[in-house]
Amino acid sequence: MTTRQLGKIAKRVGFWALVALIMVYAVFPFYYAVITSFKPSSDLFRIELWPSTWDVSNYVQILTEASFLRAILNSIVVSISVVFIALLLGITASYALGRVRFRGRSTVLLIILGVSMFPQVAVLSGLFEVIRTLNLYNNPAALILSYTIFTLPFTVWVLTTFMKQLPMELEEAAIMDGATPWITITKVFLPLMWPAMATTGLLAFIAAWNEFLFALTFTLSDTQRTVPVAIALLSGGSAHELPWGPIMAASVVVTVPLVVLMIIFQRRIVSGLTAGAVKG
Amino acid sequence: MTTSSHQSAPEGARSAPLTARRPRGTKVRRQRVKAAWLFLTPMLVALTLVAGWPLFRTFFLSFTDASLTNLSAANLIGIENYLVYEDGRWFGVLADPIWWRSVWNTVYFSVVSVSLEVIFGVIVALILNAEFKGRTIVRAAVLIPWAIPTIVSAQMWAWMLNDQFGIINHMLMGIGVIDDPIAWTASATYSMWAVIMVDVWKTIPFVALLVLAALQMLPKDCYEAAEVDGIHPVRVFFKVTLPLITPALMVAVIFRLLDALRVFDVIYVLTSNSTSTMSMSVYARQQLVEFQDVGYGSAASTLLFLIIALATVAYLYVGRKQLQLGGDS
Repeated sequence: MTTRQLGKIAKRVGFWALVALIMVYAVFPFYYAVITSFKPSSDLFRIELWPSTWDVSNYVQILTEASFLRAILNSIVVSISVVFIALLLGITASYALGRVRFRGRSTVLLIILGVSMFPQVAVLSGLFEVIRTLNLYNNPAALILSYTIFTLPFTVWVLTTFMKQLPMELEEAAIMDGATPWITITKVFLPLMWPAMATTGLLAFIAAWNEFLFALTFTLSDTQRTVPVAIALLSGGSAHELPWGPIMAASVVVTVPLVVLMIIFQRRIVSGLTAGAVKG
Repeated sequence: MTTSSHQSAPEGARSAPLTARRPRGTKVRRQRVKAAWLFLTPMLVALTLVAGWPLFRTFFLSFTDASLTNLSAANLIGIENYLVYEDGRWFGVLADPIWWRSVWNTVYFSVVSVSLEVIFGVIVALILNAEFKGRTIVRAAVLIPWAIPTIVSAQMWAWMLNDQFGIINHMLMGIGVIDDPIAWTASATYSMWAVIMVDVWKTIPFVALLVLAALQMLPKDCYEAAEVDGIHPVRVFFKVTLPLITPALMVAVIFRLLDALRVFDVIYVLTSNSTSTMSMSVYARQQLVEFQDVGYGSAASTLLFLIIALATVAYLYVGRKQLQLGGDS
């Protein structure tokens, strides 16, 4: 065997070792959470890579707890409403920004970009006041309202880049036929925009599902909370030791849907993220 | 504005409004501009309600003595929330050592974690850019940390970093790196590193994805030329690849920096309100909600906003070539 061949083999081994390292690093924490969630509480503090006994009592405990189920329901309602509102306002706005040239267009785009860079804390007290005034404190509706601050700019931005790529001939034909802009959007563009809307909708859903600061601040009672807050505030009977089993079970319950979505829509999510960042 | 150079088609052939010659020409065009503003109005109203007005109110409240229980009964007190001299001592956010500690923590966290994310993100992207069997599976696996809610990743790592029963201490002791378990999330020395560890784990995928997208757009021919000339791959990376992906890296860095400067979730869940990791957001929220001091908390929020705005402007000034407003020339 020549040194060149040896070098080639070493390179291959090194490459695959690196791939394996990346895989383990990415997946292991989640894997460890999953196996912890299936351990009986007596085994919890035995460190092992494969549980000796499998047990679903953590899941039973979590899924029979009314406040956790309520939190899941709240999260679903909030996230879906947020996606719906963001897409509705986003698609019309992106038509205006992507297809029509008018004075002030750049300013509007700049404002949107600016809002998407807002630190959430900067609006916390002002938003708190708005929510109090609207009488929405400790109500998931407050979250639907406040989440528009980060989902809407992003949705508009990405949809605008997609809207711009659609061929002009389509719109010309619609105008020739005397279609109003509203008809053009709903009848001509909407059917073509579905992939882009699915992507942005998915990203908005994930963002809303994961949000923590507003959810922690604008809700108070167990029945109004969303899942992230419920998980962060899970605590057991004793003040010193956290109920790690149930916490991990709850974490797995709220994460599995996201991971499944992620794997199914991998391509879409990647294209949406890069369209938002690279092209923007 | 209406005549773009790359669309100089002959008159009549393309009468689309996008290339209309006269700025305020046809009826169709006027109708479209009117419709555009009509369509923008709901979005602009929504953004005003949730962003513009609250931001303005935060500024305003920072000059008052408002408290959470009674927001409406606020009196203007000038800049006392920021800085005031009373009884021979300075008071206010700017005189609070804990505020300055949280500023330092935030900057330290942002710089260290974003640098690590960029380095590892580029490495992961280079691996994913290579052709190999099972690439899709690896790419899906790499995306997992990004899909997991921040709260959940913080809890997962808190469990792995548990001082007595955590697997990380167990492994480190197993290979003899440490003799005694480390209280990762509680100790002043290590808690910031625990926070950085979680953040880096969670956001490598994002950086890697952006870099990967840029890598896949690179021209193949210069690599072939480099290979023919027998230039070392590492040299090729630094001389060819890196300069070409710099714009994408800049975008990734600014997105990540803006995110890191407003960090809240990870720190709040992992280390609670401990001063050794407290970020500016955690500080502001603590004043606002836990101490119910809306005026003081708003002052901290305003300072945070100004710092981020300043950082953005500085960054955009340095890399202003990178900013393209949606392709608008």
